[in-house]
Amino acid sequence: MPEIAPQSALHVRQLRKAFKDVVAVDGLNLEVRAGECFGLLGPNGAGKTTTVEICEGLTPPDSGEVEVLGRRWSSDAAQLRQQLGIQLQDTQLSEKLTAHETVRLFRSFFRQGADASEIIARVQLEEKQNSRVGDLSGGQKQRLALACALVGDPDFLFLDEPTTGLDPQARRQLWELIEEFKQSGRTILLTTHYMDEAERLCDRVAIMDHGKVIALGTPRELIASTCAEQMVEFTAGSVSHALDVPALRRIAGVREVRTENGAVLLQVAELHTSVPALLAELTRQNVPLTELRTHSATLEDVFVTLTGRHLRDE
Amino acid sequence: MSDSTIPAVRAGVGEKKSPRENSFADHPLVQLTLVRFLEFIREPEALFWVFVFPVLLAAGLGIAFRNRPPEVLTITAVTPELAQSLRQEKLLAVEQLDLQAAQESLRTGKVALLAAPSSGGAVEFRYDDTNPEGRAARLLADRAIQKAAGRVDPIATTDQLMREAGSRYIDFLIPGLLGMNLMGSAIWSMGFAIVDARRKKLLKRLVASPMPRPYYLLSFLLSRILMLVVEVGVLVGFGALLFHVPVRGTLLDLGIVCLLSSLSFSALGLLLSSRAKTIEAASGLMNVVMMPMWIASGVFFSSQKFPDVMQPFIKVLPLTAVIDALRANMLQGSNLAQMIPQIGIIAFWLVICFALALKLFRWR
Repeated sequence: MPEIAPQSALHVRQLRKAFKDVVAVDGLNLEVRAGECFGLLGPNGAGKTTTVEICEGLTPPDSGEVEVLGRRWSSDAAQLRQQLGIQLQDTQLSEKLTAHETVRLFRSFFRQGADASEIIARVQLEEKQNSRVGDLSGGQKQRLALACALVGDPDFLFLDEPTTGLDPQARRQLWELIEEFKQSGRTILLTTHYMDEAERLCDRVAIMDHGKVIALGTPRELIASTCAEQMVEFTAGSVSHALDVPALRRIAGVREVRTENGAVLLQVAELHTSVPALLAELTRQNVPLTELRTHSATLEDVFVTLTGRHLRDE
Repeated sequence: MSDSTIPAVRAGVGEKKSPRENSFADHPLVQLTLVRFLEFIREPEALFWVFVFPVLLAAGLGIAFRNRPPEVLTITAVTPELAQSLRQEKLLAVEQLDLQAAQESLRTGKVALLAAPSSGGAVEFRYDDTNPEGRAARLLADRAIQKAAGRVDPIATTDQLMREAGSRYIDFLIPGLLGMNLMGSAIWSMGFAIVDARRKKLLKRLVASPMPRPYYLLSFLLSRILMLVVEVGVLVGFGALLFHVPVRGTLLDLGIVCLLSSLSFSALGLLLSSRAKTIEAASGLMNVVMMPMWIASGVFFSSQKFPDVMQPFIKVLPLTAVIDALRANMLQGSNLAQMIPQIGIIAFWLVICFALALKLFRWR
């Protein structure tokens, strides 16, 4: 028997969308499998939100095909709306309503789903359910927005930058809630420009830039395929003892050398061979080492390798 | 057989998800209307402008233009005989003073006229003929003296005093304020709420959910009707209780006129807010539309005061039609059939604005 292909929850082919003379999405292809958490990673302006809003049926594409849960927006919009949970980027819910009133309103639009109190408990807002939305913290507002996305017991959850602007604790709290939803085996499409968020939550990641997917795979695969696994960062030398940077490229196992804000970044395959070799080279050049750090490569490093820019530069 | 297992599986999936409670309160239209209502009553400023402000305005203007008792004019006479004759006139208050004191009183304006005997039994009136009070006092004093001397008028006249409710300024004003309030509250509550929701991307969030879109607009109209009962009740009740402003037509007709007017202004509000993305843009647009009507439609003074060439334009403004209909109902006791021209104009604006708004409306 042939291997059963994983069922596709989202299928996007040759998607294009331009706003006036700016091409936001430029021939994008995407496949999200049922049950996975898929991350769209990219800097601001890469076309993530436009892509997601086209998939959510909020923005019509100029051309291309979109199929969500096997349905098309042109023919099955009403049914699709019942099956999707949507959180938009920076929606401000009505400040005059309480958390409970807000969730109950959204609940009333769906044919199915738990009742408002249960959803509020699920996002840990029980204590705040009778507080006005205007009095909630940023993290609480985002959890309320998540509750509004979950009220219809969705098969597919769209989250557009769910943790942007939140403090680390609020982000972790939200990640736990998203992971909980993931456990139930349903599909998530998440956009973010935080690589740690994508690495923690996503099964697969597509890196977008200028309206196109420039890399696709699991976070591990992406890190392994585009650059060495380890990063070595150090500062060395002074005005009198300048560092000979090109010489570093000749060290065994060094894939790439980059200087950034006075520090030197090396991509290396193996720390245990490259670091002693680096120290030997510095000794040979007679340059004193002032700082040395190593870390495993992240999606940020992947992005920089692919584009020469940082995710949050723009 | 596989045919029989599929429905069974489906039923199993259906059971896991809790079925939707079909209670009235959880109907989307009820929820949307409830939310509109809660948002409104939690906005103290809106409550003030819709409910308190019109009453304060009516009270202030009602007091300023209240009907005073007829004024009594104070005059002075320099002899007891003259004073005696003049006191027969009820509209004159007569002080008897010596000539010097009387002249001093006239000069300082304490009295409007001085009556003094002249040679040969004649009477001399001294007064300022540029002062209306002086001229009125002259007529009254002359009449009193002639009557006291035995004059008989060839034609008998009687007075019928017109001071009944319905013809005073406050009677004119209350329907005007009611019309203005119907317009303002409908346009503002509709316009600001929609533009604010668009600005906050809440409209976009709502259409991303399965909310039936017509329900959103319908909820505004329903909450408007709820508010209308209070709004109209407060102002008409206030006028009736404090100033005895009449409602001579039937309350049902008045209710129908108010409802139609409010729907029509709501449609105008919807049209004005169909595209605007900022509160500033929307409020500018609303003021441009409402300002001419505040001035020309006869809220505070009759629209007839404008030149004849402008009358056809003023007549077709929705607020003019609304106020004319309200005055016809409240002051003349007209029924709906007698207000067909006004009702036609109001309905025309309702249809035009609503159709245009539906065509132009943007959810984002």
